[in-house]
Amino acid sequence: MNAAPSALQNKTSVISLGASDLDRGVESSGAPLVRLRWQPVGDGTPEVAWSLAQLVGDTTDADCLGSRIDRANAEVLERILTAQPVWVDIAAHASEVWPDMGRTLLHAGPPIAWHDMCGPMKGAVVGAILYEDWAATPREAEQLAASGRIRFAPCHEFGAVGPMTGIISPSMPLFVVQNKTAGNRAYAPMMESGGAKTLRFGAFAPEVIEGLKLIETVLAPCLKAAVAGIEGGLPLKPLMSQSLHMGDDVHNRNTAATLLLYRAVTESLLKSSISRDLVHETLRTIGADDMFFLSLSMAACKATMDAAHGVPFSSIVTAMARNGVNVGIRVSGLDGQWFVGPADIPVGLFLPGFSEADANPDIGDSAITETAGLGAFAMAAAPAMVQFVGGTPQDALRYSREMAHVTIGRNPGFTLPMLDFIGAPVGIDVRKVVDESMRPVINTATAHKEPGMGIIGAGVVQAPMKCFVDAVGALATIGAG
Amino acid sequence: MAIQSSIKANLYKDSVSLMRISQVTVARTGVQRVTLLMGTRSNKEFLQQAGLMSPALEDAKPGDIMIVVADEAPEKLAAAEREIHSLIVGEEPKGGPAEAAAEAPPRSISRGVAIADHADLALISVPGPYAAAEALKALRQGLNVLLFSDNVPIKQEQAIKRVAAQKGLLVMGPDCGTAIINGVPLGFANVVRRGAIGLVGASGTGLQEVMCQIHRHGQGISQAIGTGSHDVSSEVGGITMLQGLDLLAADAQTKVVAIVSKPPAPDVQKRVIERAGKIGKPVVICFLGGEPAASAGDVHRTSSLEETARQAVALAASNQFERDDGAIEALVTRVCASLVPSQRYLRGLYSGGTFCSEAQTIWRSVGLRVRSNAPLAEADRLADVEASEGHTAIDLGSDEFTVGRPHPMIDYGVRIERLLKEADDPTVACIVLDVVLGYGSHPNPAEILAPAIRRAKAAARGQGRELPVICFVCGTDADPQAYETQKAMLADAGAEIVGSSSGAARAAQAIASRMAADDNATGRRVMQGGER
Repeated sequence: MNAAPSALQNKTSVISLGASDLDRGVESSGAPLVRLRWQPVGDGTPEVAWSLAQLVGDTTDADCLGSRIDRANAEVLERILTAQPVWVDIAAHASEVWPDMGRTLLHAGPPIAWHDMCGPMKGAVVGAILYEDWAATPREAEQLAASGRIRFAPCHEFGAVGPMTGIISPSMPLFVVQNKTAGNRAYAPMMESGGAKTLRFGAFAPEVIEGLKLIETVLAPCLKAAVAGIEGGLPLKPLMSQSLHMGDDVHNRNTAATLLLYRAVTESLLKSSISRDLVHETLRTIGADDMFFLSLSMAACKATMDAAHGVPFSSIVTAMARNGVNVGIRVSGLDGQWFVGPADIPVGLFLPGFSEADANPDIGDSAITETAGLGAFAMAAAPAMVQFVGGTPQDALRYSREMAHVTIGRNPGFTLPMLDFIGAPVGIDVRKVVDESMRPVINTATAHKEPGMGIIGAGVVQAPMKCFVDAVGALATIGAG
Repeated sequence: MAIQSSIKANLYKDSVSLMRISQVTVARTGVQRVTLLMGTRSNKEFLQQAGLMSPALEDAKPGDIMIVVADEAPEKLAAAEREIHSLIVGEEPKGGPAEAAAEAPPRSISRGVAIADHADLALISVPGPYAAAEALKALRQGLNVLLFSDNVPIKQEQAIKRVAAQKGLLVMGPDCGTAIINGVPLGFANVVRRGAIGLVGASGTGLQEVMCQIHRHGQGISQAIGTGSHDVSSEVGGITMLQGLDLLAADAQTKVVAIVSKPPAPDVQKRVIERAGKIGKPVVICFLGGEPAASAGDVHRTSSLEETARQAVALAASNQFERDDGAIEALVTRVCASLVPSQRYLRGLYSGGTFCSEAQTIWRSVGLRVRSNAPLAEADRLADVEASEGHTAIDLGSDEFTVGRPHPMIDYGVRIERLLKEADDPTVACIVLDVVLGYGSHPNPAEILAPAIRRAKAAARGQGRELPVICFVCGTDADPQAYETQKAMLADAGAEIVGSSSGAARAAQAIASRMAADDNATGRRVMQGGER
């Protein structure tokens, strides 16, 4: 028996949870009292509650599982905060980055087979096959995709991220972002201009394929030259930080970031030997699309979070990604596993003529921005964004405040002026998501559920609780095993 | 009967809140039956048994509210359901845009700790299957725990007590109803002055009664540490009781220690008595319902709550208070004179489980056979808890009476129903009622109980006999309900007021003995199986 008389030594200060009325005596005695608004954690089962309790850190017990997790998470946070993503190159073709990819198509979200894919993703697969000339007609393309002779794999497992359907085929050029701190690289395809009709929203009409060719033949070589002309590459963190102060969340609003990119490449392009026509075409493309920077934002976040992945015991989410059917998360200490749950339909505004009935469930790798503490987590920086959900600027502040309850730190590199320049919350801890029963919020665009129909709206969505509950269960198993 | 069911998803409410909503809905819409339960497995089974389960409720999760309304008139159902939904929503905090933008109140212990002023104790009363998880989280974050919740899996109870012992923290409970730590009342607790007597107890109302008597006799409480009823089982091993003893041994303010508990498992009992002998302070031990045992050295053994309080006060202040034997004797004589010979049996209708055991102990000590839903001997278990037989002591706080409704210390409905039923029984000699005051209990029990006592007595009188109702009030002058006022209101309704639970049981026992003796004397003894 080593009972220290601590229970009686301190001034009694109470936290009360559960049935009302049992803390009336505490209240009347004048002792400090905090009454919780308790709800069952996670999915509401007692089993999850017990698993979660095994994962709580303890400052007086360094060997308990929770303390190991806390230490691992501190390491992960350090890696996130010290990351220095820099745009260093354009890969002319994805096949340069992954020479063995053959007939592989990378896609957004967790693994999924052709027959399980949603409409837009199937459409994008057809488009990519046509673009690669692996088939002559959409019908043949579908047959090929169904034949098993195309390999499908998540972008995330290749160090890449793709917006919406996120399809990357071997000929596509990619942004290359290097994390100068850890040395790792991340890749993202370039934004197509062309409004609703783009491959990333599942369109595969001839003009979509032409647009992709234009990226490959014009935009990519020009941007490759442009970045080559910037000594040491373009550091993205300062640029993104500045964009937050200009009203972007660098996920669903990239207006400022795109302008800053435009400024950075203009001089470099003009100094290059590229013809005036091509320079014009390149600048026109960037200038025409407020979202052009998103590819670089995503790649920067991916380069950051990949460096934080694989720290044993860590409970920090290193990827949240959606394939239009399921949302999957990856957890730093649980390498090699996806934890998936059904994707919700985003809540928000629809373009004229469309409604929720037309909407595809949440899709895309762009939630890597939220994973890295941007997007909805930095919503306080982008009050204009809340118009998508009919909210007020106060709601924007609330998102950033609430997400602090599911994260382990703040990023001093990404500050939020409206919240007194506090750092944006970063490092989603699956334990906190379950404990607070608070699902991470994601800013997103909404795709039509039929292939080829394109974007129909934008809004916010939350990652399903099941992903986090399953991850908590897996972490608890480490402790038991 | 037409039934309509629906689910309110992702909103947990405790049973008291749900009960309140049901009552208001019935009152406002006149619908016959409203059942609101969280979607747990056991609640679904309960609905199944009650014939209220429907396919619409099968998908309900433990964090969803199941809503069932039933009425002969189907047209009432929709209105009732609307009312329920608006009451559920109405209970949520609402406000203008500024409030909406403000942060939601903390849900988790971590956030509670973050905003609290050096929190050091978690008071946990969430449903049992979730309770140990919350306790473990609290312990890991350095908090002591009072676990009011019951139905905690034994493996989880053992696990949390192991962690607590490692960290030198206290887990009071599971199933711990009361404690006073550093003068702060927790759970069901009376307002008593601070003083030199430290209590450890596995029985909530037992602790409350002892501390109230100590207070009423001028002494005070240093600490009252509840252990919960399972702590003294051999599976748990009395971890908290032993820890409590050590804490009180080390506590400078504590001069005398008193232990109140049902009899622990034999191995635990041995350990507790051994430890008690070594702490260097006098210890009074009351294992209520156990075999009487001799005192030895600094360890004083008692067999009633009143005796425990007397001993503790005597040791702390060397002025043992007198039992009110004279008053009780007078009461018994007066009461017996009003009874007719058929009135032979005692009926104890208790909201406190300890009082129910104590009454059985005292009544059995003179050879009465006492049936109960919580019997001291299995052979004396009531066949039907709704039907008393011979001398009967009922614990109305036990599960069969509390599923889906608040504890009888809060809701007097079930007890009043039972009181009126007993009043109709010509063989009843007297009824004993406890009235528990203090935080957590009904805010004004006498206001509810006094009219019911009047009705019961009037009903018996209508059948040509008097019905004595003996009440004791477990409370103090400092309790929010005001002890003297409560007593006066009950006395005004014709109740006989006795100063202690033990005294009330003794008075009743004397009445039963005297009625049986009168019976013998007049040679009309009939073997009815009610006595042995």
